[in-house]
Amino acid sequence: MSSKRIDNFGKINRDKIISFSWEKKNYFGYEGDTLASALLANNIKIVGRSFKYHRPRGIMSCGVEESGALVTLGSFEKRDPNVRATSQELYQGLEASGQNAFPNVNFDFGEINNYLSRFFAAGFYYKTFMGLPPFEWGSGTSIWMFFEKIIRKAAGMGKLSRLPDPDSYEHAHDFCDILIVGSGPAGIAAAKEAADKKLDVILVEQDSVLGGDQIAEKEFDTNKTLQELKDLGVRIMNRTTAFGLYDNCVIGLIERITDHIYYDKKDIPRQRFWTIRAKHIIVGSGSLERHIAFNNNDIPGVMTVNAAKHYLNRYGVLTGKDIVIATNNDSVYNTADLLSQAGAKVIILDSRKEIKLDNFNNNIQVKFETVPYSINGSRKIKSIDIADANHQPYSKIDSISCDQVLISGGWSPAVHLLSHRGVKAKWNAENLCFLPGDTKENITMIGSARGIWNKSDCIKSGIAGALDAMNHMGLSKTNYFFPKEGGWSNPIQPLYEVKYNKSRSKSFVDYQHDVTADDVRLAHREGFISVEHLKRYTTLGMANDQGKMGNIIGLSLMADLLDKDIPEVGTTVFRPPYTPVSIGALAGRNVGKHFRPLRVTPMHKWNLDHGAIMIDVGLYQRPWYFPKNNETLSESYIRETTTVRKSVGVCDVTSLGKIAIQGPDATEFINRVYSNAFAKLPIGKTRYGIMLRDDGIVMDDGTSWRLSENEYLMTTSTAQAGKVMSWLEELLQTRWTDLKVNVTSVSEQWAAAAISGPRSRDVIKNCLENPSLIENKNLPFMGFVSANLKDGTPCRIVRISFSGELGYEIYIGSDYANSMMDLIWKEVQNYNGCLYGLEALGALRVEKGHVTGAELDGRVTIEDAGLGKMASTKKSYIGSAMRTRGSLSANKDREQLVGFFPVDKKETFDAGTIVCEKNKIKGSGIGRITSVTHSPELGHWIGIGFVQGGKEKWHNTTLIGSDPVRNKQMELEVVSPHMIDPEGKRMHA
Amino acid sequence: MIRIKCPYCGERDHSEFTYGGDASINYPSLDASEAEWTEAIFFRKNIKGFQKETWHHLNGCRMWLEVERSTITHEIKSVKPCHPDLQKLMELKK
Repeated sequence: MSSKRIDNFGKINRDKIISFSWEKKNYFGYEGDTLASALLANNIKIVGRSFKYHRPRGIMSCGVEESGALVTLGSFEKRDPNVRATSQELYQGLEASGQNAFPNVNFDFGEINNYLSRFFAAGFYYKTFMGLPPFEWGSGTSIWMFFEKIIRKAAGMGKLSRLPDPDSYEHAHDFCDILIVGSGPAGIAAAKEAADKKLDVILVEQDSVLGGDQIAEKEFDTNKTLQELKDLGVRIMNRTTAFGLYDNCVIGLIERITDHIYYDKKDIPRQRFWTIRAKHIIVGSGSLERHIAFNNNDIPGVMTVNAAKHYLNRYGVLTGKDIVIATNNDSVYNTADLLSQAGAKVIILDSRKEIKLDNFNNNIQVKFETVPYSINGSRKIKSIDIADANHQPYSKIDSISCDQVLISGGWSPAVHLLSHRGVKAKWNAENLCFLPGDTKENITMIGSARGIWNKSDCIKSGIAGALDAMNHMGLSKTNYFFPKEGGWSNPIQPLYEVKYNKSRSKSFVDYQHDVTADDVRLAHREGFISVEHLKRYTTLGMANDQGKMGNIIGLSLMADLLDKDIPEVGTTVFRPPYTPVSIGALAGRNVGKHFRPLRVTPMHKWNLDHGAIMIDVGLYQRPWYFPKNNETLSESYIRETTTVRKSVGVCDVTSLGKIAIQGPDATEFINRVYSNAFAKLPIGKTRYGIMLRDDGIVMDDGTSWRLSENEYLMTTSTAQAGKVMSWLEELLQTRWTDLKVNVTSVSEQWAAAAISGPRSRDVIKNCLENPSLIENKNLPFMGFVSANLKDGTPCRIVRISFSGELGYEIYIGSDYANSMMDLIWKEVQNYNGCLYGLEALGALRVEKGHVTGAELDGRVTIEDAGLGKMASTKKSYIGSAMRTRGSLSANKDREQLVGFFPVDKKETFDAGTIVCEKNKIKGSGIGRITSVTHSPELGHWIGIGFVQGGKEKWHNTTLIGSDPVRNKQMELEVVSPHMIDPEGKRMHA
Repeated sequence: MIRIKCPYCGERDHSEFTYGGDASINYPSLDASEAEWTEAIFFRKNIKGFQKETWHHLNGCRMWLEVERSTITHEIKSVKPCHPDLQKLMELKK
């Protein structure tokens, strides 16, 4: 192939020269070029290496179906692999290189695979990685795994940089009346028709300019069309791919904003991921030209016929000097004329009997009933052997020297978007293609995506499509009709493969994954005859072009082998995305610290200012520990825990869920929701409650305070706050619709601090206007009072204890959280108290055997958690019928909450440790440790968790804790989970 | 993306909602037998076609809705508040 730029053709701007580099050498192109057209203009033949066999590949198309010219752009963190050179616009300073080759695409050591190809046929991985037959020798051994790595490396595509993506992306949303995909003749006609009726129309075009196939028409003026559409109010989105079509006319678009320029600032996103909700979708996505399988049909210089037309008329590049066109249909003749006018010598091989065509240049030699048989050459085309179309098995009858072979094996409408909706394509035997199937959704197919080949009919179909959409929307009742599909003067003739009659042929069906016709036959021989098996066994259609060019050839070969028609063999289902979508665009701005929303408490900054190290708890950031003088985490939490037990500590507990429950039936409601009795809770008292699910498993725990006759404040665990709120709403709105109760989330409205330790009462006294309010007699355990802080701020003080010490929680309006903390902290310091974080909070509660989410994990009944007393037998409540159901009560050996001590008191263990009997260390054992801590009070590590049969069964037996992840084992003693002050004297003090 | 016409907020993406469950279930009274509860909780019909289901407009008005949706096509035939009083209210609003 010798391709070159020629005068008088093309629409590039020759006044604007653009320099770029390919494989580290500098070249020039023009404004309006793609990377592919610029490479062709510079006569660069080999641009890639194939997936498995490392065969040299050239540019094979001029669009998104490209299989050969997959290249890597940029370097280091900007490296972008597998970019289709055919749709990458050229820009000043673009750096591109070939991929899957060492040292480069021109000379690649991997090419040896081409000569070893008989070992790498379809199913190679499946067979090889099972080990060597007949006994799967070597499978799983280290030497075998070593070879596997090398073998896997040999195949592949571009490599990721593995560095963080330096670009930014964003998500955007919009609405419209009609969204039109594709700006070919049909799409433009539809847009004009709909916009003329004052509808809000978005026209989406993946190319940089409008026009579709018309861009390759000399007389077509894309700028004029653009202006006309803009004047009509059409919203135009070029460089935008409609990659997926979803329910209710919701369509996913990727807009490429800076991919066509050099841009290294971060103020503009590289790509924008659009979700558009339209009332109607019109798809004019065009059609894709197929190739034909014959020997060596992948040598650089092979291209689709229509691509050569676009390179000539759009980019001014004549792709060959001596061109052979192989076809089975009419679509090539116009291109042949153009190429001839541009100075190429053209010979057409037409598999059909002599046909009649108007306006065809009779100087072009046409060999009818002739098919391409084999290409000679390896790095470039030297000649092509041809065969008699009617003489099977085929054999060489002649050879034509040439430097380019253009192929057209027919056209496949791009039915992808409709296929995303689950609509099966229908085989059309007349035009040898799959046509879009019928849908009841508001989607209309137009143009060649509908199988209409003539431009004038495409325009008619566009107008009909717009009217169809308006009728669907109830805006008009105009009559319309769609032109019939097809439109060639002479019928297309089936021609999918020209079978080579020698062994070791390389007739490619799917270029990108190096799937050959022989691979399809191998799959058939080995029984993989269903389309889905064929696909997975040979990887046909699984490369990043998703079989745009090769699928139908593969289907037809299988149909032939099975002696069936193509529709009987099946169709492949296309799934989104139509073309690859970068993960960065899907992530948008939800990366780094924006990966998920961050919730902070109103005292967040206060905590940080006082030295807190934070930890993520669900969406919240909570203080983890407050290190003093470079303390480690362990040193810090042990000090904090000790201080709380000895004196006093204060901790931010704002993240707990808080729900206001109000209404005349509030008591009845809360009594039905909790498993323990709430009906007689006096005003001014609070009670710990447990909620079950319908199926009798524990859902959540928390306290509820009775504020007045008809008003409660419920607290929930941090993690379950949202779920409990939804659950209460569900019960009130769907099941107990007669109850007059209102629930409101007030989690954000109240800030809360826990003050724990023997001196906590003294601390709070000093903070209040009226200290007597919290005297023991005025505020006994599980009571609460409304009080004013010294500065007059009202607050609520509840006397509850998670730590097991004398303890209070103070609730205050969120805006007053910081001043409250200042006040408390001053007093706490007077008693040599401390701030404590989640780690110390955990240590304190594990010592007391209090359960949290680690224990209440959705598998645990109230009895399992050792809280059976909390299950009322005197009332019915959610889960009461099911908590004792057969499958739960019949098993007397269920896991029960217990405490664990290490037998060797110097030993440590971790949460997740599996508890086993001695000499039976396997599987999931007989229990698990769920929470652990060092207990400063006891002076060694302790844990709580579950063991089958509970403490009663095992308290005299040494068990084994097995931690396979950390490769550790230790002897365990099973104890009561209530390890400190089991009678609760301290908290009642 | 399924679009659900919330009677209060209007047509919204399904990502604003959370799926509840089968809306055709009449949950038994709290003092009903284990057998009745078992039937209500664990046994579901695997409907091909339209089924009634509950959705919670979690990131909207927080109304629980009864949605009639086709399990084949996602087509939604009707949406109404689960709570009968809210149903009446929405009717009046029309």
